[in-house]
Amino acid sequence: MLPVLLMAGAMALAVVAMPRVVAQQPQTQPPEISTTISGDANGAPPRFAVPDFIALSTDAETVEAARTIGRVLFDDLNFEHEFALIPRDIYASIPVGASVSDVPFERWNEINADGVIVGTVQKTDTGIKVEARLYNVRSRQSAFGREYTGAVANRRLFAHQIADEIHQQQRALRGVARTKLTFNSDRDGERMTGTVENRGVKEIYIADYDGENQRRVTTQRSLNITPTWSPDGRSIAYTSYRRGPPNIFISNLYQGTLEELTKGPTQSVTPVWSPDGTRVAFSSTRDGNGNFEIYVANRDGSNVRRITNHPSADITPTWAPSGTQIAFTSDRTGTPQLYVVGADGLGLRQITRESYADRPTWSPAPYNEIAFAARSGPGFDIRILELASGQVRQLTFGEGTNESPAFAPNGRHLAFMSTRAGRAQIFSVARDGRDLKQLTRSGNNGQPDWSK
Amino acid sequence: MATRRTDRLAAWGGALLVALAVGACGKANPPITRPTPPPPPSSTPGSGNGAANSGARPAAPPEPLAEAVIVPPEPVTSDDISSASLDDLNRTSPLKPVFFALDSSDISPEAQAILDQSAATLKRYPAWSVTIEGHCDERGSAEYNLALGERRALAARAYLVSLGLAADRLRTVSYGKEFPFDPGHEEGAFSKNRRAHFVITAK
Repeated sequence: MLPVLLMAGAMALAVVAMPRVVAQQPQTQPPEISTTISGDANGAPPRFAVPDFIALSTDAETVEAARTIGRVLFDDLNFEHEFALIPRDIYASIPVGASVSDVPFERWNEINADGVIVGTVQKTDTGIKVEARLYNVRSRQSAFGREYTGAVANRRLFAHQIADEIHQQQRALRGVARTKLTFNSDRDGERMTGTVENRGVKEIYIADYDGENQRRVTTQRSLNITPTWSPDGRSIAYTSYRRGPPNIFISNLYQGTLEELTKGPTQSVTPVWSPDGTRVAFSSTRDGNGNFEIYVANRDGSNVRRITNHPSADITPTWAPSGTQIAFTSDRTGTPQLYVVGADGLGLRQITRESYADRPTWSPAPYNEIAFAARSGPGFDIRILELASGQVRQLTFGEGTNESPAFAPNGRHLAFMSTRAGRAQIFSVARDGRDLKQLTRSGNNGQPDWSK
Repeated sequence: MATRRTDRLAAWGGALLVALAVGACGKANPPITRPTPPPPPSSTPGSGNGAANSGARPAAPPEPLAEAVIVPPEPVTSDDISSASLDDLNRTSPLKPVFFALDSSDISPEAQAILDQSAATLKRYPAWSVTIEGHCDERGSAEYNLALGERRALAARAYLVSLGLAADRLRTVSYGKEFPFDPGHEEGAFSKNRRAHFVITAK
């Protein structure tokens, strides 16, 4: 039985308010012919314009929300490169109408927009109501229309939800605008107690996928590292030294509760959730000889099974999307290399022959890749191994050290730690190496994981 | 302080009982307990003669008891160590850290010399328990460094155990590269950060 500790006082987790935006179909949907907007005949992505949303109420909060939603939606749609976003200064002079049906199509046509997103924000008794409509500029038909209600404090979330729904509806793509990152950070500058050496703490943080809304999850004043999201995005498992030897803790974000997956004087580190969320793989010295091996336990800590058995160290597992295989780092050849083994412990094989490879992260389908940190010169770079062909490509090229890659849930971006800007910070980058973006700036931040 | 002294007296009392028991059994196994040298013959002339004369009558003479209590005074004299608090002790630790080469957990000859001294200290203070922390420099990756730090802690522990220390007095914990001793980014700092650090956790 795994004890669930209801946290109180200074030990309490920061309870994260469950963000909620309610979507509903507007009652009067204009007739639609084709809902999918295409680009030109050469297959170029459709050109979209996303002006500021129209504030139907004049209070400052609504006006600000209308501006924010338009801008965040622009960035969200730009992120996946499924649409060519026309720069906003090009259409700054095009007047926004008074409603979603008052659209100057000839002006949008002049700048060769294939689609334009028109939205309104209206204050309500409980928050705001947001209406968003995507028009096909050529046909002047609505291709997408939705109404959303929610709290004005979540205005970025309205944009994220609209972006995910447009990606899904227009491109059959699972967007990541509502996903989150978790990582460790020493930004608070707090010091550990009970040690003679002057040691700083690391706490677990979360942020939106774009680096906004960074919030602290743990308040343990201890060393907390290697956080990973549960597949449902409601829990984070991580390594914590709060009781001395490192053990695996689970923070349930929306209940404010803490669970201890492993306990005791041996060391358990680097947890990772199985794709179905029912199990956690981790590395542990629990069998007593001090040697790290890979284990799998049920979500409640029961039924611990040993997956590897070798006198060398096996650490930092990652699950295949099917849940049937686990990749991990082992130094059994003398240098750390990546291996794959069945979740039943059978079929072990070495998959890298680098000078040094660590922190494998298995991509989601349809890609069948493992990203990892490879030593290249004085530091590390992010490399990606395609499992079918065995080909390795590189995402970073010697700017600072680059470690701990994590895939976005649709596999199209990665987050990783880099020291290229000085201290250790979290960056995101497209899977082809484009669109590098720094997401954290305060303190040192590392070991990101992207929610599913 | 008072309790510690009592403990020490009790320990010697126990050691003496062992010595006497060994004496009573004649030439049995060599005694395992360290600070129990057999009483020098000069101090026990009566019992030596008695044993030689009466054959199977090794009755334990009470006199050597008082003598033996004074025999091992050496550890007691360095009392600033045994009387220090755990924090003070760890701040000026008598157990010096040992350092490692890049990516290595091999115990170098220099590290052996330091561990030899630590082993002597730990034998002098048999009540001490120690946590051996394994640390790495920033040139390894964060996740694998957890494994490498543990390798270093285990290597130091194995060497101490080979010198006769009880394994259950020596816990290990790996901190990877999370707690550099020197935050610098050059070899001078790196070489200080690749270390096994000893923390006395009980005494």
